[in-house]
Amino acid sequence: MSSSSTACEPSTVSPTVSAGREDCADTQPLLPPPPSRRERPGAWAIRGWISQRRYWTLALLGLIVPLTGWLLLADLGTVNKVFLPSPLDVARRVGTWFRDDDLLGDVQISCYRVVAGWAISALLAVPLGIMIGTFRTVQALLEPLTDFIRYMPAVAFVPLVMLWIGIGEGAKIGIIFIGTFFQMVLMMAEDVRRVPMTQIEAAQTMGATRAEIIEQVIIPSAKPALLDTLRITMGWAWTYLVVAELVAANSGLGYAIIKAQRFLQTDKIFAGIILIGVIGLAMDQMFRLFHRLAFPWLYARQ
Amino acid sequence: MTSAIRCRGLWKVFDTATARVVALQNLSLDISEGEFVTLVGASGCGKSTLLRTLAGLETYTAGEIECGGARIEGPGVDRAMVFQHYSLYPWLTVMENIKFTRQLAAHTRNRTSADVEAASGRADTLLRLMGLADVAAAYPNQLSGGMQQRVAIARALMSRPRILLMDEPFGALDAQTREVMHDLILHVSRLESCTVLFVTHDVEEAIYLGRRVIVMAPRPGRIDCECPVPLPEDREQHMKHAGAFLDLKDRILDRIRVTSGMKTDTELLDKLSRGRDERARTLP
Repeated sequence: MSSSSTACEPSTVSPTVSAGREDCADTQPLLPPPPSRRERPGAWAIRGWISQRRYWTLALLGLIVPLTGWLLLADLGTVNKVFLPSPLDVARRVGTWFRDDDLLGDVQISCYRVVAGWAISALLAVPLGIMIGTFRTVQALLEPLTDFIRYMPAVAFVPLVMLWIGIGEGAKIGIIFIGTFFQMVLMMAEDVRRVPMTQIEAAQTMGATRAEIIEQVIIPSAKPALLDTLRITMGWAWTYLVVAELVAANSGLGYAIIKAQRFLQTDKIFAGIILIGVIGLAMDQMFRLFHRLAFPWLYARQ
Repeated sequence: MTSAIRCRGLWKVFDTATARVVALQNLSLDISEGEFVTLVGASGCGKSTLLRTLAGLETYTAGEIECGGARIEGPGVDRAMVFQHYSLYPWLTVMENIKFTRQLAAHTRNRTSADVEAASGRADTLLRLMGLADVAAAYPNQLSGGMQQRVAIARALMSRPRILLMDEPFGALDAQTREVMHDLILHVSRLESCTVLFVTHDVEEAIYLGRRVIVMAPRPGRIDCECPVPLPEDREQHMKHAGAFLDLKDRILDRIRVTSGMKTDTELLDKLSRGRDERARTLP
């Protein structure tokens, strides 16, 4: 940085003359040009730019329009309410569910099942993923097997899980585990493999041992990606909830949906689906917030 | 002068699915203590492979390499390496990156409190020496490419290596930043009195930095010639316009052109342009 800015001596001649010189930055203060409409690529330019306000307006519009369409379609009587209940019916149903049918209890038990199944997956997948992504031997031994199992439909494991684990809480957690674990291992192995080789080699040239490289380079380097994988697989765990609660459940959001189907309570089915969506979204946002707090260096910019 | 690096009959051969590749062919090389040597050549000539072998990151098929009289069996703290990019740890601050090496077992064995004190003094010195004092608490991705390479160099120097191996460290930087870095690394290497082996594909860079330029040739990777640089030891930017500098540059570029077989096929170009002229004539 030492030899960069010495070429231009401030001019001692009059400002008009110095402004005419082309080889030096001049000393005259320059006014910025008036703002132009062409300053940024527009709304329809490829990877263009829109203002924060327009973004939120559009986002809101994208939510309100389908909701209004749904409201009109259902409340104008064009569609039978058995097929499409009105959003108001759904809202009312959430209300009665909360008052009379222990909605909070259902939410609680469902959250417990999802988080437990997912957490057991994570507990096993993190070390396995790190081993597979680090050592070719472990990769050869385990990756083809995992790849094979992950294509097996988790739903089809329901009878087997009942046979092996029974019909208690363990079975529901087991289904969610089967649905998430194998994907999780493979994604985590990939996260670990994406740690730049130069980061590892730099540690080697500094004399780091194998254990030190895993602990101090590979794991910290892969951590943000691993947390992202945990966030994504949490979403998948929620999608297996309904299947899991097919197994002799008598509580939970998934069970409520299945029961509502039996009584043709379409509004309750809608309510259950939307509640699962909302809880999933909330958890996703929590993961994103945690990501920002845990890895400030990723978000630090010049 | 004693030899910092001594290579005798070094071979590196590896088999791919289709062919046997000779990356290094019977290579012998001596680098004295405190010398600044640059390795230059066309891509595929094995210059990076040679450097990585010296760093202990690559195995070799035959021959012997010694560093300060000891046989090289793998990476060691006597040799530090600076990579082209992506070698810094983005989750650590600049200061933590530089100190990374100090908390590894290889450096903490038999450590006393005096050593700890010396180490933190060393880190401060390196920060100031490399012009990083103001960004000690910043993360690498907050820095420009040039600043990031300063951190990488400071980290490499932290453990006082006898030999600094540099693999195209300025290859990704713009020309102006590169000039600043050239003068900086010359200054620092003299101050630290360490031996430097510097790989580049930029002939001008090779001559400006090196006391001696080693030109390598590809297929099979080998040393083509060695050129002592006929310039005073204290390099200054204006020397790049000196006759001796330009002559040597021409000579080296010529050797690279000849050995790499990278010549423009003028005959083919001629034929192609003739063909186009003929077509143009036949059109109505």
